[in-house]
Amino acid sequence: MSSPVEVRMIVNGTPRAGRCEPRKLLIDFLREELGLTGTHAGCEHGVCGACTILVDGVAARSCLMFAVQADGATLTTVEGLADGDELHPLQQAFHRHHALQCGFCTPGMLIAALDFLATNPEPSEAEIRDALSAVLCRCTGYQNIVKAVADAAEKMRAAGGAS
Amino acid sequence: MTGIDVDYVGRALLRREDRRLLTGAGQFVADLELSRMLHVAFVRSPLAHGRIRTVDLRAAAAAPGVVLALNGADLLRLVPPAPDAQLSLPSKWTAAVQHDFLNPQQPLLAHDKVRFVGEPLAVIVADSRYAAEDAAELANVELDPLPAVVDAAGALAAGAPILHEHFGTNRIGHFTITKGDVAASLAAAPHRLRRRFVHHRYAAMPMECRGVVAAYDARSDAMTIWSATQVVHWLRREAAHVLQMPEARVRCIALDVGGGFGVKGHVYPEDLLIPFLARRLGRPVRWIEDRHEHLLCSAHSRDQVHDVEIGFDDDGHILALDDAFTADSGAWNTLGAGIAYNTAVHLPGPYKIANYSSSATIAVTNKVPNSAYRGAGRPEAAFVMERLVDLVAAELKLEPAEIRRRNMIRADEMPYHAGLLYRDGEPIVYDSGDYPEALEKALDAVGGLVAFRRHQAEERQRGRYVGLGIGCYVEGTGVGPFEGATVRLDPGGKIYVASGACPQGQGMETVFAQIVADQWRVSPDDVVLALADTAAIAMGFGTIASRSTVTLSAAIHHASGKLRDKVFAVAANMLECAPADLELRDSSVGIVGVPGAAVSLAKIAAAARPGWDHSRPSGVDAGLEETHYWEPPTVTWSYAVHVAIVDVDPDLGRVSVARYAVAHDCGTVVNPLLLDGQIAGGTAQGLGGVLLEELVYDESGQLLTGSLMDYLVPTASDVPEIAMIHLAAPSPLNPLGVKGVGEGGAVAPPAAIANAVGDALAPFGIEINRTPIRPEELVAAIRAARSR
Repeated sequence: MSSPVEVRMIVNGTPRAGRCEPRKLLIDFLREELGLTGTHAGCEHGVCGACTILVDGVAARSCLMFAVQADGATLTTVEGLADGDELHPLQQAFHRHHALQCGFCTPGMLIAALDFLATNPEPSEAEIRDALSAVLCRCTGYQNIVKAVADAAEKMRAAGGAS
Repeated sequence: MTGIDVDYVGRALLRREDRRLLTGAGQFVADLELSRMLHVAFVRSPLAHGRIRTVDLRAAAAAPGVVLALNGADLLRLVPPAPDAQLSLPSKWTAAVQHDFLNPQQPLLAHDKVRFVGEPLAVIVADSRYAAEDAAELANVELDPLPAVVDAAGALAAGAPILHEHFGTNRIGHFTITKGDVAASLAAAPHRLRRRFVHHRYAAMPMECRGVVAAYDARSDAMTIWSATQVVHWLRREAAHVLQMPEARVRCIALDVGGGFGVKGHVYPEDLLIPFLARRLGRPVRWIEDRHEHLLCSAHSRDQVHDVEIGFDDDGHILALDDAFTADSGAWNTLGAGIAYNTAVHLPGPYKIANYSSSATIAVTNKVPNSAYRGAGRPEAAFVMERLVDLVAAELKLEPAEIRRRNMIRADEMPYHAGLLYRDGEPIVYDSGDYPEALEKALDAVGGLVAFRRHQAEERQRGRYVGLGIGCYVEGTGVGPFEGATVRLDPGGKIYVASGACPQGQGMETVFAQIVADQWRVSPDDVVLALADTAAIAMGFGTIASRSTVTLSAAIHHASGKLRDKVFAVAANMLECAPADLELRDSSVGIVGVPGAAVSLAKIAAAARPGWDHSRPSGVDAGLEETHYWEPPTVTWSYAVHVAIVDVDPDLGRVSVARYAVAHDCGTVVNPLLLDGQIAGGTAQGLGGVLLEELVYDESGQLLTGSLMDYLVPTASDVPEIAMIHLAAPSPLNPLGVKGVGEGGAVAPPAAIANAVGDALAPFGIEINRTPIRPEELVAAIRAARSR
């Protein structure tokens, strides 16, 4: 154990700061110091993906990082997806397609999908399944998640084309 | 019309729950933040079996941040032993079924012996989880190792080490059920087969582990427990007993729960220990299980070995079936005979078997306690029965589907008396349905049998091995003893419903809003639900065993009926008519046939209040609230047929599921969108169970699969698209005609996949009679067959 250090980051567009031990996991920092409990810890060993967030625009397991490693980084968590009351197209598609049941994996699933669609805006079903294999869901059997991501991709392409 | 007269039951309404869960605004137990809250870590046994010499916590107690450290001996002095955690059996059952049971009860902390790796030895309470875990590592544990038993056969062998010495045996349960004359009909059968079937140990593995937070209020001497549980009222009962408090002073709440599937369906020692610590310390205390702990100490499931003999005639009619099985209960017994008994009575499935016997032996072993997981004994039963049907077909060189057609109970034979007793003590009567139709529809959904056989033959010519497998089951759902509903007309005219049912992702807030909306002719938005909170209703049972839609819809129906009578009495007084002239319409009560002559539910609520200027007729007391505890007459029988087409790589042993179809009947469908979700999720779990998931112990009782890198939960790439066909024969046993569906998806996949792999590998003469289906074993079996 060593004494707490200052950590600063931009989370969902807002500068945030806190103090924590250097060993504090990023997920614990987000949840306990910043009160962002939307990101969930499902395994704490980097397999289940429930804790997935964007770190400088790239999906990362927040259970496999120390908070100090994210010092100075820009983070996006599930709380940052919606635009005010307007849900993100991925959130809307998950709702429309019943792509969540208990909702525990959903934040990680949404962020993983967001990261994936940023690199592959027009994916095939197999590509979606491959990408989403980074996050475990125990409730849905995945098929509605796959449909939701495909649908959101289409809507996001249409919106991107219109703008 | 505003559309409010439309029936909401049957519509694919989107979920009310989604918005909070999609935006990170859901609240799971780990999200709860209370002032001055303390955190718990456990010291857990590193050995499967051993006598406790010392659990020295002096260094741990002195560690930074530690507030309290207790070992099992300390705790035993402070808390009386835990009460019986098992589900009780009705006297009708205990009088009728030949049985004997012993009931070892797990203490809150081990104090004399440890009996499985991971069993808690001591608890550390500190001001952070980090500090608690640091301190837990300073515990000085000395155990005298004892030899471990890691399977039922080992536990039952002569001279085996005994887990619970005061019993003098590891055989903690035994029962036999029988109908007809099994011995004589087997002896007379033209054909007989004997096989052993092994269904391995796997587990529910919800993405949220367990967790408990408790806060004690000294002023009112009241305890609040937030637990990720499926059974809040059961937890309240046990907590009140352990804490020696009136139930009325103990409140249990399940917040958003991240999946349950049975593993959160009974009371665990931590559920009781955390509230005790909160009261002792006068501060809120929290324990959030991590995944490693979950694998090491939350209940596992399945783990049965069956030895079966089946007798049949030249046409494949099943004449007799004799089953004897062992169930590995792990170190403690969580649910009594429930799971094994489920297996025994569900084993005959949808078939007419005049002579049947099943004899179960439950053994304790040095493993994690075994409890219910989606299906709760039924996947094991379906695996045995469905494999047997395929073996009969192979013996007679007939299509497996044809053997099923010849033995299935037909629609015109419903209701069908199975000749056995359910665990509620009532005779088993399959109440409704068309099993052969489900079979044909499931086969059609994968392209039909004839087309498949042609395809299979072509593929074999090319050295490729594809197979089709069928898995059928029937399932008693909506089991008692009861569920309750309180229905209240809220002052604003909304309908408030409270119940002890506890959701973990099923979408109950949506489904029950639909049901209530139809009962009251209001919009689902005007339904206010209070679930999973003991403060909301005096008695409740909880959500296990595919029961909530059945039992709660009936409770809502009956409570609503009682309340409607009173609402109509008040409305009649206001409208100056007779109650018999009234109807519900559009959030109001109106006179039949007289448009405009109506009074809103909100006004009726105001009129029924106690006090001055009410508008109640004489003889009607104040308030508009009714409670009904519905006691189902017995279970109602769902069923399904699963058909899988697999592709087996003979060199790698890899099984790919090419197509998968489910034809099922759960009676009246409340919400088809959510129903499909239940089936798809359950099926994915069943596929994971048979192909990927396995809890592996070594001979010393060490769990070798202690992380999700070793225990393989299926990913999006592992699960195929599942085609679904809905048959809907309404249940005659409840007002809405529903049957339970929560578990069904997970019941048939092990059977269907094993049969499909066996069919694919028929040229090699390979039988799949044990799960999981491991690639390396398939490769070895194929090699062995090729070298013969």
